[in-house]
Amino acid sequence: MKIEVLGTGCAKCKNLYENTKKALEESGKSAEVIKVEDIPSIMKHGVISTPALVIDGQVKFSGKVASVAEIMGLLS
Amino acid sequence: MLKQFADWLAFSTIGLIPGSRAGEALDFFIYDTIKIFLLLITIIFVVAIIRTSFPPERTKRMLSHKREYVGNALAALLGIVTPFCSCSAVPLFIGFVESGVPLGVTFSFLISSPMVNEVALIMLWGLFGWKIALIYVGTGLLVAIVAGIIIGKLKMERYVQDYVWEMRVGNAEIVQQTFREKIGYARQYTIGLLKKIWPYVVVGVGLGAFIHGYVPADFLARWAGRDNFFAVPVAVALGVPLYSNAAGVIPIVHALMEKGMAIGTVLAFMMAVTALSLPEAIILSNVLKKPLLATFFGIVATAIVIVGYLFNAIL
Repeated sequence: MKIEVLGTGCAKCKNLYENTKKALEESGKSAEVIKVEDIPSIMKHGVISTPALVIDGQVKFSGKVASVAEIMGLLS
Repeated sequence: MLKQFADWLAFSTIGLIPGSRAGEALDFFIYDTIKIFLLLITIIFVVAIIRTSFPPERTKRMLSHKREYVGNALAALLGIVTPFCSCSAVPLFIGFVESGVPLGVTFSFLISSPMVNEVALIMLWGLFGWKIALIYVGTGLLVAIVAGIIIGKLKMERYVQDYVWEMRVGNAEIVQQTFREKIGYARQYTIGLLKKIWPYVVVGVGLGAFIHGYVPADFLARWAGRDNFFAVPVAVALGVPLYSNAAGVIPIVHALMEKGMAIGTVLAFMMAVTALSLPEAIILSNVLKKPLLATFFGIVATAIVIVGYLFNAIL
């Protein structure tokens, strides 16, 4: 499972990244989590409102910071 | 009813004297703080739910290839309901432009989004009444539409950074949310926003209360009243580089108005603070070359100054 957190480096994006790592820990799964900060890569996913979460190439949501619980729901 | 509670707390319970500076200041503070927070909680929540139906990706599709005028009006209206964080300004701008949203239409969106928002509306409605709130929305939209049309007509596409035109934007499917998910998002958004702005509200109302209680009436009338020709441009010039969310600036502006600042000047200052800012200029300089950025700020600032004079004359 490959997880990408898309965001240009503001506080919200950092929060999503932290929540994602926590969610992974608590769910006991292992996956690589990459923070994608460069605009061309972000836009390739069709995302125009950051932060966004991409799992295995699919955009799960954009424009909000999801809670740890919500992310865990997406991981299963 | 709320006023009675505030009066009771400030005068009967804490024991300050009505009419005294401290008494009036505290009374104002208690009343306004509670009223504003109640309004904020309700309306932010309702608007957040409305916003779940307007993710930027959908707005982008609605505006893509729209003609001028209609497109500008639609963009300005959508700016109110589309959630937009300035950290997302760059991807959003690129996304819009690359999907065929005309440049002027994109600008109408960028102007109305930060300026016409529900926090500003609630605060204005709560402190000045619904007429002023409505006027603010109406003129805010007008400024967004007209400025967007003018920028479109100037055909400044070549002043957008070159890489923007070469960007390839994928097409994300718009994730549909169930009603329960929408409520969850709205709750989370409301709590998050309140957490972020409550210090500004408290400080803003506090300062407003101080001015209300301690600054003599009509103190500002001489400098910032209707007759001072320069008040409007100065207010706008001060407001442009500043950034504050509406929560912080309105209570102060309310108290200033009580002391004689003319309403047009007040509205102009508010618009200047929210629509344009130094941080925003820095973010946008990533996608706009200096001439276009300067034109954008110049046109919007001018439009706001005109609005200021207009309302000083009418109201």
